[in-house]
Amino acid sequence: MSLAEFTDQWLSAVTPQISEGPGWLTDLRQGAVEQFAVLGLPHARLENWKYTDVKALAKRSFTLPKAADAEALANEKSLGLNAIRLVFVDGVFSESASTLGNLPAGVQVLPLAKNANAAKPVLGQVAAANFSGFTALNLAAFQDGVLIDLAANAVLEQPVYLQFVATEQENPVLVQPRILIKAGTHAQATIVEHYAGSEESANLTNVVTEVDLADGANITHYKLQQESTKQYHIASLHVEQKRDSRFTSHNVCLGGKLARQDIQVELSGEGAEVNLNGLYLGNGRQHLDNHTLVNHNAPHTNSNEDYKGILNDRSRGVFNGRAVVHKDAQKIEAHQSNANLLLSDKAEIDTKPELEIYADDVKCSHGSTTGQLDENALFALRSRGIGEEMARGLLTLAFANEVIDRIEISAVHDRIEEAVAGRLPEKFNLKGLV
Amino acid sequence: MLEVKDLRVSVEDKEILKGLTLTINPGEVHAIMGPNGAGKSTLSAVIAGRDGYEVTGGSITFEGEDLLEMEIEERARAGMLLGFQYPVEIPGVKNVYLLKAALNAKREHLGLPEIEAPEFMKLVREKLQFMKMDNSFLHRSVNEGFSGGEKKRNEILQMLILEPKLALLDEIDSGLDIDALKIVSEGVNSLRDAGRSIVMVTHYQRLLDYIVPDHIHVLSDGKIIKSGDKSLALELEKRGYDWVIEEAAQ
Repeated sequence: MSLAEFTDQWLSAVTPQISEGPGWLTDLRQGAVEQFAVLGLPHARLENWKYTDVKALAKRSFTLPKAADAEALANEKSLGLNAIRLVFVDGVFSESASTLGNLPAGVQVLPLAKNANAAKPVLGQVAAANFSGFTALNLAAFQDGVLIDLAANAVLEQPVYLQFVATEQENPVLVQPRILIKAGTHAQATIVEHYAGSEESANLTNVVTEVDLADGANITHYKLQQESTKQYHIASLHVEQKRDSRFTSHNVCLGGKLARQDIQVELSGEGAEVNLNGLYLGNGRQHLDNHTLVNHNAPHTNSNEDYKGILNDRSRGVFNGRAVVHKDAQKIEAHQSNANLLLSDKAEIDTKPELEIYADDVKCSHGSTTGQLDENALFALRSRGIGEEMARGLLTLAFANEVIDRIEISAVHDRIEEAVAGRLPEKFNLKGLV
Repeated sequence: MLEVKDLRVSVEDKEILKGLTLTINPGEVHAIMGPNGAGKSTLSAVIAGRDGYEVTGGSITFEGEDLLEMEIEERARAGMLLGFQYPVEIPGVKNVYLLKAALNAKREHLGLPEIEAPEFMKLVREKLQFMKMDNSFLHRSVNEGFSGGEKKRNEILQMLILEPKLALLDEIDSGLDIDALKIVSEGVNSLRDAGRSIVMVTHYQRLLDYIVPDHIHVLSDGKIIKSGDKSLALELEKRGYDWVIEEAAQ
């Protein structure tokens, strides 16, 4: 299939969506359609997509979601947080399953399809439509999503829990949410994006999240991806940070047949800080790809990145962490680390931490390791009567816990630890323990 | 309980234990003392099942079973626990997981079902209190960031919960201040029982003021060269090891 045929086919599937919304939006969508027609899906000749081949996707066709009742499924998969909860079924907001509650003054949490005009000043401001073919496609035809708008000094104590539930459909669905977060000066909030659903769902999720932090704003973002291993999951998170703002990302990737997460952070004001924590766990033939890019555009900015991967069976992980220190961005600190555990001979990791530095007074470090378990620790556990396999399991979970333990919401922490323990090989026998 | 017969052990082709014989009966508390390099830590390592130690002769049996044929975890399940000189830090493994997994492994070995959560927590809290340790300790990683004293208390806590038949304590007193030594000793003394044996490997007589042994052995150059009762420790404290070594040479 030629590129044009393919883009035509996909675009025709989403045509009704492109004309959805007010005039300014359909204009924006039309521009994105043209960009998608030029970009198409990313291909392996692009440096950023060298290890992740999405050719198989081009052979598939997807339809737009139909309204489905999945409240029971949503409740079953829920993290059970005390939170402002918005449920999306195959990407479409479900009012009946959601609990918006009473929001404090200065905070707006608005489902996007019904409140498109409110998104006008925000949409597309942080994420460039042409970041990739996928971001163009999302802008061209996103169905729904949310706008979280925090006025200056607004502090949201309860997290905002965005729960995306995938259902099993005869014809796989193209799920395209758009998440917009705008934090005013010194505003503070925690956002949880959670993807889970039917074990049989074979949809394509293509989500774009934009986060705009004004001076001194503080946003903690959790992303927990537990989709079925038949799902395709493509996500990009774009963050713009002004002076003294702080953004913390916890990105846990457990699901998907193929999952790709991009994170792009612009540290554009002095004193801005970003922390990127990540964990990916692959089984079977899962392909899990994380690409992060941090641009230090201003002096005195800090970035810390710690990604850990556990790969079993024939799964494959890709990690690319890039930090670019631009000219005049002096006195910055950029630290990156990626460590991997391979549990099988057939598992594979392609890892590449990259630093690109154009300033001269900086403190940077980067490293990647692909390691074995600590033999002394293994001995210590066995010397207490713990069988070798379970001891290996405990140490593998411990490796993941170095990332998980940074999670501050205890309900999220416990659910993730449980989910990770549950996805480790059966022989480790951790289920009754955690 | 434990029979070590004419044990010969080499490390990297160098013979360290040169025909060591030792019998530990149920209910007895033994102390093994000796100068540096005598082979004390080699003896503990071989009993525990560490890699890198080649047994070239002799035997070790535990309750009649050939200990050297048992896997590391089988030794523990059979009731032989080692308290480490340098307890390992295990970042990310919570103490509660270690205790639960270890206790259930032992119960499975005994044909018992897994312990119920409330019963387990009750047991653990009681033992924590006894060792003057805070409950928050359970959710901390094993030994990570612990002081020397906390690490040793943790070793004893594991013993109190796992109730071994034989506890082998390797320099359990090293690096302890007097308060920690008292707590550790109380823990060990509470384990004393007609059916249980305790072996302490130590460098210092001080420990033996708190945990009074029934038998003391002097290990030198890979052999037990003298055995006696607790009065031997006092004599060693006063006169050092040289006289024992000379006496043995004659």
